[in-house]
Order: sequence, then structure tokens, then C-alpha cells
Amino acid sequence: MDFSYEQVATFAQQSGLVYFVVIFSAICVYALWPKNKTKFDHAAQIPLEED
Amino acid sequence: MSLEEIGYSVFLGLLFLYCVLAAGKAVDPVFAFHATIGAIASAAGIFLIVRSFIDRDGRVEPEEVNGKPNYNLGPIKFASIAAMFWGLAGFSVGIWIALELAYPVLNLGLPWTTFGRLRPLHTSAVIFAFGGNVLLATSFYVVQRTSRARMPGLVTPWFVILGYNVFIVIAGTGYLLGVTQSKEYAEPEWYADLWLTVVWVAYLLVFLATLWKRKEPHIYVANWFYLAFIVTIAMLHLVNNAAVPVSFFGSKSYVVWSGVQDAMVQWWYGHNAVGFFLTAGFLAIMYYFVPKRANRPVYSYRLSIIHFWALIFLYIWAGPHHLHYTALPEWASTLGMVFSVMLWMPSWGGMINGLMTLSGAWDKLRTDPVLRLLVVSVAFYGMSTFEGPLMSVKSVNSLSHYTDWTIGHVHSGALGWVGYVSFGALYCLVPWIYGKRDVYSLKLVDWHFWISTLGIVLYITSMWVSGIMQGLMWRAYTNLGFLQYSFVETVEAMHPYYVIRALGGILFLTGAVIMAVNLYLTIRHGEAEKTAADVALAPAE
Repeated sequence: MDFSYEQVATFAQQSGLVYFVVIFSAICVYALWPKNKTKFDHAAQIPLEED
Repeated sequence: MSLEEIGYSVFLGLLFLYCVLAAGKAVDPVFAFHATIGAIASAAGIFLIVRSFIDRDGRVEPEEVNGKPNYNLGPIKFASIAAMFWGLAGFSVGIWIALELAYPVLNLGLPWTTFGRLRPLHTSAVIFAFGGNVLLATSFYVVQRTSRARMPGLVTPWFVILGYNVFIVIAGTGYLLGVTQSKEYAEPEWYADLWLTVVWVAYLLVFLATLWKRKEPHIYVANWFYLAFIVTIAMLHLVNNAAVPVSFFGSKSYVVWSGVQDAMVQWWYGHNAVGFFLTAGFLAIMYYFVPKRANRPVYSYRLSIIHFWALIFLYIWAGPHHLHYTALPEWASTLGMVFSVMLWMPSWGGMINGLMTLSGAWDKLRTDPVLRLLVVSVAFYGMSTFEGPLMSVKSVNSLSHYTDWTIGHVHSGALGWVGYVSFGALYCLVPWIYGKRDVYSLKLVDWHFWISTLGIVLYITSMWVSGIMQGLMWRAYTNLGFLQYSFVETVEAMHPYYVIRALGGILFLTGAVIMAVNLYLTIRHGEAEKTAADVALAPAE
């Protein structure tokens, strides 16, 4: 089965768009999820804690 | 001997034999010269491994001393000093070629000192030698501190640092002797590229192994940026430098890509060298050193996560903006432009995150010139990442491309952002790794800051004026439809700005010389840091 350049390009562009939107939304949800706040507040202190 | 020491000795031994063979069978003199450097470096490597094996006398550095991680600082010290050395060298060559543009007689009529050979020497010295050593030094420091673990390996950390600097020497001498594969920012030939690949894999392994050993459950955001930098540079390096050597005993090779595909691969590499070497790597520095110096946590850790992923997703697509109005398909060009404009968001998100870390501590800018260097670097980051997307828009690019505006833009990022964040980091790092309380003289840092800033302002403003003037002169027509200016008239018009630019560079170098002196004095005569034991013994008042 042969694919034309247009078919491959359209598939790549549209699936790329969906892929990036989904994965980036997931990252935003992870970053902003209220339950993760304490974890991130602690993480922000890592450089300042003396060892 | 440990397995690691034996392994490196055997590897370097085989490399030594190949280099001796290659030097003998070389088909061109530069390859023979580089094979000789390779042979000497391999032999020196074996010597160092054996000597340190004898010196350590069966002892192994403990993982912890008095319950605290026993960080491996030796390679970091070497890379910090190497960064300062290469910085001075790279800035000096920059001034030399700036003066060559203003006064062509300075080409000296010699092939080795022509602009075409010295220019890659300048760019590689400042980006890969200065910037690269800063990234090596800070990444090894930050990953150990934020993981609270000693980086593993007796030989490997040293192999990374020394191997990388051998690569720099081979690349730099090659440019002077006319060996280049003519890819901007990827000029070194196939054998230097292969060597860098070996070193880079070792770098990745040391970094990952340190993270693997970490006592701190969370991987701090600076390490994510460092890791993105290491992994992406490896990928870019391998794809862009895919080449077939004419002979295994000669320096010349041919790149496997051709035509417009080669151009696209080159600028996919080129722009991501900006995005992942000069941005992600140095953002890692920002996320560790700004909070550390300001003694405040980063403004928003959540923003730092979104900043990271947005930057990673967007930067990789921006390359085609280097090829507007060329044989590149229109859609690819538009894609590059759109992604470049979208980059405004993560860039400014990151800038805001860096600057707002100072909120509540802005008064420190008045008293601490090191923090001022770091904060001004973030401001320059914001400025040049505003200018970059603007210049990637096709209609603006039709004016700015191939003119000095590009050079000015690059240097506002390189001098203002990368330079200043590196200076700030080194001013913090050198006292820490040498056990000093602070730099020898904050007054000298102040002088460095103001002299260099004046230099950057002269540089950027002169290139804005010269670049826009150049672009406008190129597109000026008479009322009869002829070009109004010949090319040489535009060159003549730029002369005064070239002189101002060189003056800016001289001021920037002056600041760096002050810095080198200050760091030397810090190492030799800096006030020692009070250890916990000293504090405990101090009499009560």
C-alpha cells in the first residue's frame, strides 16, 4: 500500500498536534494538582537545605 | 586496580596505539598533528590513572564524612579554572576578529589568522570551551548537592572533564589549520566528533548514576534542565554530524545529508544548540544559583515544571526560522516561525520565575554584585528571548537576516544571558569548592559588573544600528528601480559601528580579566570558610 506525501504529512501533523496537546495538558494537571503542592514546596527548598 | 581503572587504561592504551598508527599513516599533516595530540593525551591519561592508583594506595574515597556526603570536587575545580581560561581566550579572539572587520589589515595576510578561520575559533571557544566547562562544573556540583550523594567513579568524572578539554584543543587547532566540515557551530571533523561522543556518553552516565544514588527522593528541577541539555545535545550531535570519512587516516569527511535536507538538519542542530546548550543548561544554573545566592526558594516550583516541559516541546521545532526565503518548503518555514513565537511563553515564564525569586529580597541587589550579575543575566534572557521570536517572523526576518542585527541579537544572549549567569555561577562556585567564605573582593565584582555592562550596551546598540542600516541599504531602490547602494557602500557605512562594537568587546574582556584576578585571589588568599567545628569551639560572648 502506497502513501502519498500529503497523506503522511497530514497524519504526522494531526497526530503530532493531538499528542502534544494531550501530554502537555497532563503535565499542567500534574504541576497544578492541589495534592502535589506540599511535595513541590519541599522540592523548592532542596538547594537551601544545608548538608 | 579497580575494574574501572583497568578498563580506562586498556581503552586509552588501544587509543594510543591507533593514534600512533594514524600519525604514521596520516594522509594529511593536520591529521598527523591531531593523532599526535591524541597519542600524547592517551599516554598522559594512562599515566594519571596509574599515578592516582599508586597515590591512593588501596584507599577508596568514603561516600560520607561525619555523616555528610563527601562530594567529589576535584573535577569541578579543574572545569571552573578551564572555563575562566577559555573564556579569556575566546573573548580575546572575538575582539581580534571584531577589529579585523573594522581594519582588514589585521588578517595579517596569513591563512591561519584570516577571519574565516578565527571566527569558528571564537564561537567554539566561548560557547563550547567557556560555556561547556561552566556547564560541566556546575552540573557536577548541582547534581551532587541536590542529590546529597557523591558522584560515582574514580576515573570517569575526570575522563569527562579532561576528555572534553582535549576535544576543545583538537577542534580549535583544527580550525586554525583549516580543518572544518563547514557546519556552523559543528565545525570539528569526524574524528573529533567521535571522541566527543565517547566523552558525552561518559558524562551522561556519571550524571544518571549520581541521580540513581540520590538520597533526596525528588529530583530538583535544575537537574531536569541539565539532563535535557545532555540528552538533546547527544541527539543533535549524532544526527547533524553523520558523516563518512574519505580515509580513516585523513581529516576530510563528507556529511551524509545533502541539499536542503542538510540545511534543515544543520539548523535543527544549530538552533537547538542555542535552545539546549545555551538555554536549558544555563537555566539549570539559574534554578540552582539564583535561589542559593538570594537564599530564597524559587518563586514557583509549579511554574518551573511547566517552564521545563513547554521549553522542551517548543524549542526543538524552531530551527527552520534560520532558513526563511530559501529552498526550504514554505510550510516548514512557517512552522519554525510559529514555534519561535510560541517560545515567548516558556521563555518569559522562566524569566519571571527567576526574577520573582528575588521578591522580598530585592535590597540584596544593592549590596551583592554577584546576585546582581545573576539577576541581570535573567533580564537579558528575557530581552533576547523577546527579540528572537520577533526576528523569526518572516517580514522582520527579511530585513534582519544576514545583517549585523543577528550578531547583536546573538551577543545580547551570549554576553548578557550566558556570560553573566556563568560569571555569577563561578563567583558562587569557586569559593564554595575551595572552602572560602566568599569571593576575595566584592568591590572587584562590582567593577567587573559595570565595565562589562557598559561593554554589552555598546556592543548591542552598535549592532542594532549597523544591522538595521545594512538591511535598509540593501533594499533601497532609486526611483528608476535600480539598487541605490553598492555592497561596498554598505560596508563602508558600517565601519564606525564596527569600531564601537570592538570597544564594547574590549570592555567585556576587561571585566573578565578583573574576574580572573579576583578568582585567583579567592583561591590563593580567600578567607577560609568557618567549619562547623570552628563555630562550636568559639567562646560564648
